[in-house]
Amino acid sequence: MARRLTLTGNDAAAEAMRQIDPDVVTCFPITPQTELMHKFAEFVADGEVKAEMVLVESEHSAMSAAVGAASAGARVMTATAANGLALMWEIVYIAASNRLPIVMPVVNRALSGPINIHCDHSDTMGCRDTGWIQLYSENAQEVYDNILQAVLIAENPHVLLPVMVTFDGFIISHTVEVMDALEDKEASDWVGEYEAKYSLMNTEDPVTFGPLDLQDYYFEHKRQQIDGMDNAAAVITSVGEAYGKLSGRTYGMIEAYMTDDADYIVVALGSTCGTAKVVVDEMRTEGKRVGLLKIRSFRPFPHAEIIAALASAKAVAVLDRSVSFGAPGGPVHKEILAALSGTGHTTSIVNYLYGLGGRDISLNHIRSVFEELETVAGKTIPADEVRFIGLRG
Amino acid sequence: MPATKQLAQRKDLMAGGHRACAGCLPMTAMRQMLLAAGQDTVVGCATGCVEVVTTIYPYTAWKTPFIHNAFENSAATISGAEAAYTSLRKQGKIDKKINFIAVGGDGGTYDIGLQALSGAMERGHNMLYICYDNEAYMNTGIQRSGGTPKGTATSTTPAGKVRSGKTQFAKPLTEIMVAHDIPYVAQATPGYPKDFTDKVEKALAIDGPAFINVLTPCTRGWRYPPEQSMEVARLAVNTCFWPLFEVEYGVFKVNRKPKEKFPVSKWLEEQGRFRHLFKEANKGIIDEIQAEVDRKWAWLLKREELTQA
Repeated sequence: MARRLTLTGNDAAAEAMRQIDPDVVTCFPITPQTELMHKFAEFVADGEVKAEMVLVESEHSAMSAAVGAASAGARVMTATAANGLALMWEIVYIAASNRLPIVMPVVNRALSGPINIHCDHSDTMGCRDTGWIQLYSENAQEVYDNILQAVLIAENPHVLLPVMVTFDGFIISHTVEVMDALEDKEASDWVGEYEAKYSLMNTEDPVTFGPLDLQDYYFEHKRQQIDGMDNAAAVITSVGEAYGKLSGRTYGMIEAYMTDDADYIVVALGSTCGTAKVVVDEMRTEGKRVGLLKIRSFRPFPHAEIIAALASAKAVAVLDRSVSFGAPGGPVHKEILAALSGTGHTTSIVNYLYGLGGRDISLNHIRSVFEELETVAGKTIPADEVRFIGLRG
Repeated sequence: MPATKQLAQRKDLMAGGHRACAGCLPMTAMRQMLLAAGQDTVVGCATGCVEVVTTIYPYTAWKTPFIHNAFENSAATISGAEAAYTSLRKQGKIDKKINFIAVGGDGGTYDIGLQALSGAMERGHNMLYICYDNEAYMNTGIQRSGGTPKGTATSTTPAGKVRSGKTQFAKPLTEIMVAHDIPYVAQATPGYPKDFTDKVEKALAIDGPAFINVLTPCTRGWRYPPEQSMEVARLAVNTCFWPLFEVEYGVFKVNRKPKEKFPVSKWLEEQGRFRHLFKEANKGIIDEIQAEVDRKWAWLLKREELTQA
């Protein structure tokens, strides 16, 4: 029985965390993540959760304490954004390498400098190679749903990797939406109890965590980590299906929105997908064959699903909300090109850079992108050609 | 508190065959620490000599649970483990008493790990932090740290034609931890084993955060023959360069007052890292070091008098 709620993205994340009720939550404040932790702190203050909240002195320590707690067999969560994620970067790698199933909402915000508190994806795209699973959310509903699913994905014994659930700063974190939540019992049954295979608490049969791993074993351990990430693809899909049976909302690696017969497709992540869906709906009423490919899981990257979704399109626009300086196009664009490489596709693919530092993207912007796609169909677009949306001068 | 003889009969929780240098007092400190703490102890260690020599995969010298995370975060890592323990214990998932000890060298504690240490102490975790202070970044090749004494020749402060080793005094870390107003702060050295193990036991028995700064001579970095490690450690105490003291809930106690307070030069001359100070041109530096030792020793005795009253 769903509960219909009216929540901001931050409050939706806190609601999921209340229902998961992790053993330990570590946290350091950074805009626009703060209200998520305020809300969770209220749950702690009112005795609604059992979690130990460790209010650390930096994000570096937030992730360090999360690693310590997860190694001690606890279910652990933290949350951050932008510079906070950058500060914990070193330990973000270690958390994944130590195969600790930590779940971390990341409220997407532009990395400094110049300092800016608004949304882009430079923070999470910057750590796309840290070994964390990355699920991007379109709205508050998906923030909530993704966090509940992230726990099962992370803790799956074939995966054992941490998961970032990302959502756009202010655009999702601070705007109120109507969403459905599970009943508390449904949610707690869904996540179940966490039993770590190894724990620092086991003093009778002690284990050394984080040893020095040199030329003779490091490579094999990295291979195991690669396998864990590869295994995650099937697990994300099966967890998404099981969650669909529970909630009525099924999730996959991607969401293909009216792409089956589409000639022109926009590829995007996060809240921009909601905007694009409105444009697709409008243009469909005008008889245009347009669609949206939303990438939900950026790590692992859904190659097969993307190839299938884009196979018959004449032209595709890949929207990047972060820069890979000096590279031909943004990170999403490069991944799409890599996925299609060798498939014999004839699709014209255009890269658009948009929304840096919270620059707005409107319905008209996306309509213009679709209109440009009509003009490029059949043409070869250089891989390093980048077009800008909403940029002056 | 058990006698050293009784401690020696306890199960040795540090396996032999690890990769430490002969005469390594940081490793002696770790053995003594484990004898005092016992099996039900979780140890977290910063990147550094102790971590490197004890945990080369697939081997480990640790017979207790052990975690290494990174260089600057052993306090934060153990604070997380302690929080997990608190949570799981409240939920009835664990019932035994477990000790939590974070370990770091002077680089990992005085310098890069100071913030994490300060935060963990302020939050009041029930944990002990032990700094094994060998007065430089030994694991990376003897570079100066905030804990390196004035006049020391290190790889980054070599004694040259115009420079005579490190120009600054060491950061007063133990004092900084006293200023955190935590229940227990102490200085020790494995050169006086019972003093150190008693302090470990006391710190673990206290509810709340505790800190022990342990002077651990390093034969490679300090440049003396390995068989002299214990003597060099004791001489640091008996010159009052490294007083043995403890501060329990703000009350100072000096654990060893040498009958004869040796001049600091007696400690310095045992070590190659101070050899250049004995050139005539550098005599003033030894005088400065002696003056600082005397000032601090007098201030320590004064505070003992003030707080014991």
